[in-house]
Amino acid sequence: MSFLEEEPSADPHARTLATLARVLGEGVFTISRFRDNLRLFVPPARLTELLSVLRDRCGFNMLAELGGTDYLGYPGRTRARFEVHYVLRNLATSERLVVKAGVDDPDPSLPSAVPLWPGADWMEREVFDLFGIRFLGHPDLRRILMPEEFAAYPLRKDYPLRGRGERHNFPRLSRGES
Amino acid sequence: MSTEILDEPELETQARQATWTLNFGPQHPATHTTLRLILELDGERVLKATPDIGYLHSGFEKLGEHLSFNQYVTIADRKNYISPPMNEVAWHHAVEKLLGIELTPRCQYIRVIISELARISDHLLCTGAAALDLGAFTAFLYAFNLRELIYDVYEEMSGYRFHPGYTRVGGLLYDFNDRVLSRIHSVLASFPRVYSDMEKLLFRNRIFLDRVRGIGVLSKADAIACSCSGPIARASGVTYDLRKDEPYLVYPELDFTVPYSEEGDCWARFMVRMEEMRQSHRIIRQAVEALPDGPVNVPIAEKFPLPDKLTTYNSMEGLIQHFELIMPNRGFETPRDELYAAVEAPNGELGYYLVADGSQTAWRVRTRPPSFIHFAVFPRMIQGHLLADVVAVLGSLNIIAAELDR
Repeated sequence: MSFLEEEPSADPHARTLATLARVLGEGVFTISRFRDNLRLFVPPARLTELLSVLRDRCGFNMLAELGGTDYLGYPGRTRARFEVHYVLRNLATSERLVVKAGVDDPDPSLPSAVPLWPGADWMEREVFDLFGIRFLGHPDLRRILMPEEFAAYPLRKDYPLRGRGERHNFPRLSRGES
Repeated sequence: MSTEILDEPELETQARQATWTLNFGPQHPATHTTLRLILELDGERVLKATPDIGYLHSGFEKLGEHLSFNQYVTIADRKNYISPPMNEVAWHHAVEKLLGIELTPRCQYIRVIISELARISDHLLCTGAAALDLGAFTAFLYAFNLRELIYDVYEEMSGYRFHPGYTRVGGLLYDFNDRVLSRIHSVLASFPRVYSDMEKLLFRNRIFLDRVRGIGVLSKADAIACSCSGPIARASGVTYDLRKDEPYLVYPELDFTVPYSEEGDCWARFMVRMEEMRQSHRIIRQAVEALPDGPVNVPIAEKFPLPDKLTTYNSMEGLIQHFELIMPNRGFETPRDELYAAVEAPNGELGYYLVADGSQTAWRVRTRPPSFIHFAVFPRMIQGHLLADVVAVLGSLNIIAAELDR
């Protein structure tokens, strides 16, 4: 081992956190950890800024995962109702972290990550489809899994498991009509 | 003569504007699963492809909020039904990480074996069906025949051929016995023959090569920007494999290489999958040889696995533990926290974002489905190619609609 190499740090995220602190300053995000996951909670207004710094300055070139969660009725919850998570990966160093942004009723909306990663396109559409979170600046925000005329957001916690009768009330076409 | 007619300028502009729209699917033999494409064509050239999905949406993620961590394995199975054990391993990998369980060595080895069997089974179907769609029918039959032997392994180990539901929190449904191992040995023995058959039928097959070479090229930059993973990304030069780069189970102890290619076309994806099968074969051979003795479940004192009948009936601890796990409103303790954990599935990174609220069911089960992410790239890949290339590109992506729509 060369003496030029850095001491193997106990925290694989140390370098990233140092860069973030240098570029963004204090108070943009809060940190929490669980197992091997490092999470950065960021207010929606600073989300795009944080994501682009992570992409351009810290080498997180891949958006591995994007999804939403509805925390309505989550025990001991004090933060916003919805949260969207962005799992980012640095392919060169195998470092992975999670950025979380919370949004609240009514009209939950977040800036879109499509300008940064085209891969966010369908994943944001899915979050919009199932949770009703709008992504501002998304090029084509339509429903993706549910039919266009579907009125509810099925993965919200106030939507019942068995639906609200959409399936039973679905217009049925006979062979002649179709 | 027709050329003279086309020389008239107004007719020529008319001919240029004559794009037409073709509906492809949702029921089409070459989609293999239920998905729909709306293709805008200029003659036979695809100008724009608009995928329309959701035909198989079954609310799997909603179901995850109502089933316990052990029950949900049956749903996880049904996502990518071409390689069910891989889905089980991925699901319980996330759950065990959440609960902080360290698996026994034997269990880790067995999970590696079933994962790699699933990978072979998945790649056999994908490569075989890709050839089938492009006119090389015979290779598909040889590939499918070997999949039968892999199903025999599933049947012997769990009792189910198609959806084994084999993993449990902290262990497995049953231990491997000698009959399972002998079935695995017969898969291992048959594989080289099948591989060489496929090699002879496809690798120098002019018709097949002409249909896949240079078709559906995905650049390395696009692969990264579009979140591609697994063989799709590796065929484009992204040499990332979760088994190597974010190791889990006992993969660091096993000797294998990660094949990749720089071309990024359908041929590269096909070849990466073929080579991955050989590597999986290597992994299984090593894992079967090194398979340690010992328990498959974590000790019952850890309060996760269900004790077996002998322990339940003959020991006080076993009886209490059985009661605790079986009775409603009891069971093991879960943290009130969340995490993301992923494994390398045959199609790419199969991850779960798991939110637990301290109860026996997850608060949120978000699957990161590789099919969904790869299908989003499809319009990019097919643009400018011929209509006939749609099936070539679809075949190379291995889209599984149950996983795509969940």
